[in-house]
Amino acid sequence: MYHKGILAFAVAAALGLPREAGAQTQDELRDLREQVRQLDKRVTDAEQAAIQASSRPAGENALNPAVSLILNGIYSNLSQDPANFKINGFVPTGGDVAPPNRGLSLGESELAIAANIDQVFRGTGIFSVSPDNGIEVEEAYIQTLALSNGFTIKAGRFFSSVGYQNQVHPHAWDFTDAPLASKVFLGNQLSDDGIQLKWVAPTVLYFDVGVEAGRGRNFPAGPDGGRNKNGFGSVNLFTHIGGDFGTGTAWQMGLAYLTTSPRDRVYDDIDSAGTPVTNSFAGKSKLWVLDGILKWAPNFNPTERYFKLQGEYFRRSENGDLTFDTAAATAGGNQTSSYASTQSGGYLQGVYQFVPMWRVGYRYDRLNAGTTSIGLVDSGALTPADFPILAPYNPTRQTIMVDWSPSEFSRVRLQFAQDRSRSDATDNQIFLQYIVSLGAHGAHKF
Amino acid sequence: MKTILKLAAAIGSALLALPAAAALKVFACEPEWGALAQELGGDKVSAYSATTALQDPHRIEARPSLIARIRSADLLICSGSELEIGWLPLLLTQSGNSKVQLGAAGYFEASQYVARLEVPKVIDRALGDIHPGGNPHVHTDPRNIARIATALEDRLARVDPANAETYHSRGKSFLARWQAAIARWEQEAAPLKGVPLVVYHKDFSYFINWTRMREIAALEPKPGIPPTPAHLAHLIDQMKNSPAKVIVYSPYNSPQAAEFLSSRVGIPAVMMPFTVGGTDNAKDLFGLFDDTIQRLLGALK
Repeated sequence: MYHKGILAFAVAAALGLPREAGAQTQDELRDLREQVRQLDKRVTDAEQAAIQASSRPAGENALNPAVSLILNGIYSNLSQDPANFKINGFVPTGGDVAPPNRGLSLGESELAIAANIDQVFRGTGIFSVSPDNGIEVEEAYIQTLALSNGFTIKAGRFFSSVGYQNQVHPHAWDFTDAPLASKVFLGNQLSDDGIQLKWVAPTVLYFDVGVEAGRGRNFPAGPDGGRNKNGFGSVNLFTHIGGDFGTGTAWQMGLAYLTTSPRDRVYDDIDSAGTPVTNSFAGKSKLWVLDGILKWAPNFNPTERYFKLQGEYFRRSENGDLTFDTAAATAGGNQTSSYASTQSGGYLQGVYQFVPMWRVGYRYDRLNAGTTSIGLVDSGALTPADFPILAPYNPTRQTIMVDWSPSEFSRVRLQFAQDRSRSDATDNQIFLQYIVSLGAHGAHKF
Repeated sequence: MKTILKLAAAIGSALLALPAAAALKVFACEPEWGALAQELGGDKVSAYSATTALQDPHRIEARPSLIARIRSADLLICSGSELEIGWLPLLLTQSGNSKVQLGAAGYFEASQYVARLEVPKVIDRALGDIHPGGNPHVHTDPRNIARIATALEDRLARVDPANAETYHSRGKSFLARWQAAIARWEQEAAPLKGVPLVVYHKDFSYFINWTRMREIAALEPKPGIPPTPAHLAHLIDQMKNSPAKVIVYSPYNSPQAAEFLSSRVGIPAVMMPFTVGGTDNAKDLFGLFDDTIQRLLGALK
């Protein structure tokens, strides 16, 4: 401050301002003071500008994309062996649906890199490293910035817009694991290689509608990376509507319709004689997902308290042919006949932040095995005992959790669940988990 | 599905038929920028503020209603300097609106036009949720508002050339009134010079710099981390040696910590309006500074 004053005075003197102030009138004195004040201000501004210029990142580094790394680790205490995990009544998806290993284990580490590529595109890559050192491309896509009138095109590998939770990254989930419905209908979380076109309506009430065409690399299209064919292996149509109620409640509802044509969609089971067999489905799979979310915070300010209610309902019908024992490991092996099923399920969960940093949550999962007709059983060629995993059973699960987030970048969670996915045993699960994010400040979807 | 597509087409065509002469749609991230756009544009603009004074602008949900608003905006005005980093990028990528993307004429970051304070020399999350570009709450110094108004006036004229004259003449009138008001505020705020104060969050740094008050502590142990009992106890100790005269907080902060310290140390806690709409008297930008200064002077009496 002091040297600035001197500097300003020196500049004023150099400009040849009169020094015999005593002889001047009051007005001129005031002018002089004002001039010095202005100069002082200019010097201050110039100094600040210089500070900022010097603190600006220089060189190639300045153009680096936003990089963030998610780390998480978990302690699991399970009353049933996770190696035997199954969800009875439903076709196994081949997805990563089982609980984590018992004891301490590292969760998936996620590396996310995102930036605007140029004025036309934005790019995002999210890579996950599993604890057994496998690297997987979770999402890698480009999306348009330059389209107008509410249109966006996305291409690459991305989480499909089927239901609400499917598009949320696991580190941002409110519970440690996915809803049972996501596990049986989407193989835990559906990401596909494809292209998405979305249009947002120019209305005050939020409304979007979109279509995704994908390769069909995962369940329900097929667990083996998709069919060898031109065109698309899966098509998903979706729409959302959303808005605000009053000055504290925001809501959104979505509807999605995913159609695929699986071929050679295999799963493992054990026949009535106890022989491990591989069965295969080919046909049509149609999945409807209705989702709703409601978030309340006083004056939309979630810093202190908020409540979040989320639910989804899935309904799937499949129609086609089921081949029993494709490898002909048994005498009655490699037979094919019709297969049709209509199944449903869903969950409802609520999460409440009651004081800053602390949240509690409850989730209820329920699946309905519905109706399944297997031609080989109806004709008497085989018995229901040859398809034990498909025997009608309605799995349920209740989950409670409490978590603590010392900042936006870290979270520690304790979760208890009573999982009745298996028809013959109840799995009491305890998870203690940390999830942290390093690097760029993430932005989470509504 | 066909029904949904038909519905979408119907809504689309209905809205395309709207008159083209509608006011310029401004999406303001914070109320102060909405108010400034309205001052400069009058009835030529219709400004929507994504947040209110009761919301922490650092922590906003990317709600569907905000995406819907940004979808149709012609001009976006935000503080920038990473204040909105947790929600604005999402709104932008989901909006399908090229007019307001980063780098487009419709994207205006207010903090780019002023000298920023508190540009961190060390950037580390252990220091809290810091902004590498400097403190983003630039609007608390009225001289910054004047600089930003000049830039915004030009930007409005660029985005909406048909009404350029209006923006320039309104801009000139606003600046004249604003400079007169600054001179008045500087006189009124003269007693604040050198007054030591405790802030809740570092959101009044520009105001403090302007009025030459002295910020000696913050209720947040680190930026963005809510006050903890341990930190408050430490502050009570600190106040014994170097007492502050007033504690200030914003409408979006919980008053509990400020009131607790106030009762323990025996100095007043004042809720400042922080932005337009923060108090009943802060109806516009002029009222914002009138009320801010009056509240502080009132507390120090």
